[in-house]
Amino acid sequence: MASKAKAAQVDAVKTLESIEEKFEMVQVLNEKGEVINDKMMPDLSDEQLVELMSRMVYTRILDQRSISLNRQGRLGFYAPTAGQEASAIASHFALEKEDFILPGYRDVPQIIWHGLPLYKAFLFSRGHFAGNQIPEDVNVIPPQIIIGAQYVQTAGVALGLKKRGKKAVAATYTGDGGSSQGDFYEGINFAGAFGAPAVFIVQNNQFAISTPREKQTAAATIAQKAVAAGIPGVLVDGMDPLAVYAVVREARERAINGEGPSLIETLCYRYGPHTMAGDDPTRYRTSDTDNEWEKKDPIVRFRIYLEGKGLWSEEKENEVIEKAKEEIKEAIKKADDTPKQKVTDLISNMFEELPYNLQEQYEIYKEKESK
Amino acid sequence: MAQMTMIQAITDALRTELRNDENVLVFGEDVGVNGGVFRATEGLQKEFGEERVFDTPLAESGIGGLAIGLSTQGYRPVPEIQFFGFVYEVMDSISGQMARWRYRTGGSYHAPITIRSPFGGGVHTPELHADSLEGLMAQQPGLKVVIPSTPYDAKGLLISAIRDNDPVIFLEHMKLYRSFRQEVPEEEYTIPLGKAEVKKEGKDLSIITYGAMVHDSIKAAEALEKEGHSVEVIDLRTISPLDIETIIKSVEKTNRAIVVQEAQKQAGIAANVVAEINDRAILSLDAPVLRVTAPDTVYPFSQAEPVWLPNHKDIIETAKKVLEF
Repeated sequence: MASKAKAAQVDAVKTLESIEEKFEMVQVLNEKGEVINDKMMPDLSDEQLVELMSRMVYTRILDQRSISLNRQGRLGFYAPTAGQEASAIASHFALEKEDFILPGYRDVPQIIWHGLPLYKAFLFSRGHFAGNQIPEDVNVIPPQIIIGAQYVQTAGVALGLKKRGKKAVAATYTGDGGSSQGDFYEGINFAGAFGAPAVFIVQNNQFAISTPREKQTAAATIAQKAVAAGIPGVLVDGMDPLAVYAVVREARERAINGEGPSLIETLCYRYGPHTMAGDDPTRYRTSDTDNEWEKKDPIVRFRIYLEGKGLWSEEKENEVIEKAKEEIKEAIKKADDTPKQKVTDLISNMFEELPYNLQEQYEIYKEKESK
Repeated sequence: MAQMTMIQAITDALRTELRNDENVLVFGEDVGVNGGVFRATEGLQKEFGEERVFDTPLAESGIGGLAIGLSTQGYRPVPEIQFFGFVYEVMDSISGQMARWRYRTGGSYHAPITIRSPFGGGVHTPELHADSLEGLMAQQPGLKVVIPSTPYDAKGLLISAIRDNDPVIFLEHMKLYRSFRQEVPEEEYTIPLGKAEVKKEGKDLSIITYGAMVHDSIKAAEALEKEGHSVEVIDLRTISPLDIETIIKSVEKTNRAIVVQEAQKQAGIAANVVAEINDRAILSLDAPVLRVTAPDTVYPFSQAEPVWLPNHKDIIETAKKVLEF
């Protein structure tokens, strides 16, 4: 703290505190499903509200089934999403089809709702190239494993959209740990310098594997990191679907109106482990913290809100759950039916025209595969 | 035809492709109004505007990401990394991302990106400007790596690189930028990637080389010729993929070969050339294939360049060992 003995000429501490005060958390629905901020209430029709809830419930079921299928060995790499439905699904709901999504490895739901067929998402999990073959009219890239890389690429996609004169944005996601990467900073800074239409979302789920958010940075919020790029930053209750939708929609509007990128921090929580590859959250998290966050469940508060408006019922929810389970079953079957990968397939996907070494190796493997 | 230095031929190739294809974008640190630290992009922003030729913030990784993102929107990016020693900052965007872009998406996306970057010693640059790091790039599946040694090759190869629909690393040796002029056609022409060129024909020994070492090798070959040895000099031009056909054909004729590179012995691509010759032409060899390289130390402090960099004398010495084996 600033010394009391001698009045500081430059009160740097005060400057920091005054910046931090600016990043108050935006919330529309509280934990009880009550609207506490009418001014921020997004303009959504009854049908849209029901659709948003349906997608969140579907995504929760997708998570439960994915964990189970992973345990049965019927899925491979999987990063649980339960708890992050408002952050992931409501933010996606604020985008349009022409928007381009650069997801991280936990952001499979967003690209599914943007148009990636479910069976392809399962093939991604298993490790099959067909899972990453994106349908032509779906503006997404496969989930990014290198944390931060999607941020610098987003600056490029957004600049591309701007140069093409499209009224669309590039949207990307990372986690709280990812905000420590150089590419995180370079991405937001480039987009800022070029005035590019990008929406950068940080899903702060409190932990980067076992490392708590406090160990990533001394900054009070991740949203305030936007200041370093000279772009708007917003902190939002990531367990509140209406608040997430509202702030992402606003960021999108600013972007397509030529006002440049925004950084949005969604404060949320993952109920499950980091991934299904042996991470055990009981090593670094207490059940008290888990319980505290479960009270904030985005589906619970949105359910109460919609039931209050007569838009949602147990029956409706069960319909969504059954539909999800049915579609997941069909998708897994379709993934099972996908032909196995051959080395010649992998070689063929390397270049438009194969260089001599791959031409040679193609012939060798073609011969092996014919036996 | 016009007499051009290599840097002029590069500018000419960039101008040609900026004219030919409106999707070509040239960007990097100081490539715009300044025309590049070596004048490689001189006059291009003025001719094509800031939408096509523009400066970026000082961050190589961001430049790599920018190129990838722009490629998803149908652009043909030609970014510049100011000196190739700075590639470490952008290794992920190059090797971890753009090289894999087509494969990881099963062909849904591709990355028609050409990264231009100067490198190479002999001009007393400060630290990490001159390092030969082409070996790192040559080890990455999904990349092609091109290193011209003449103005003529630079123009034809750069046009081919820009038109290639997969990522190409185009490395420009600083010592060759203005060291000599050559007749270069003013019209457009291409030189296929992955094709070496026999710069000098000979029967007794093949010198396989690239970059600035092409010129040292020719100088050495001429000296050896005076002593009665007929020496063939092959300029690889593309170091990944290698032009196996040209290399093997030459070795089968001369029965002796050396590989010459400016990089350290544990780096570069000489070991790969030796292995390919051993695999494919061992029965033609009258002697082992030896290498001329720099010592396995960090790139020298600038005053030590003359004693550290390989030169024509080292090439003559190694050539004689092979000729007299």
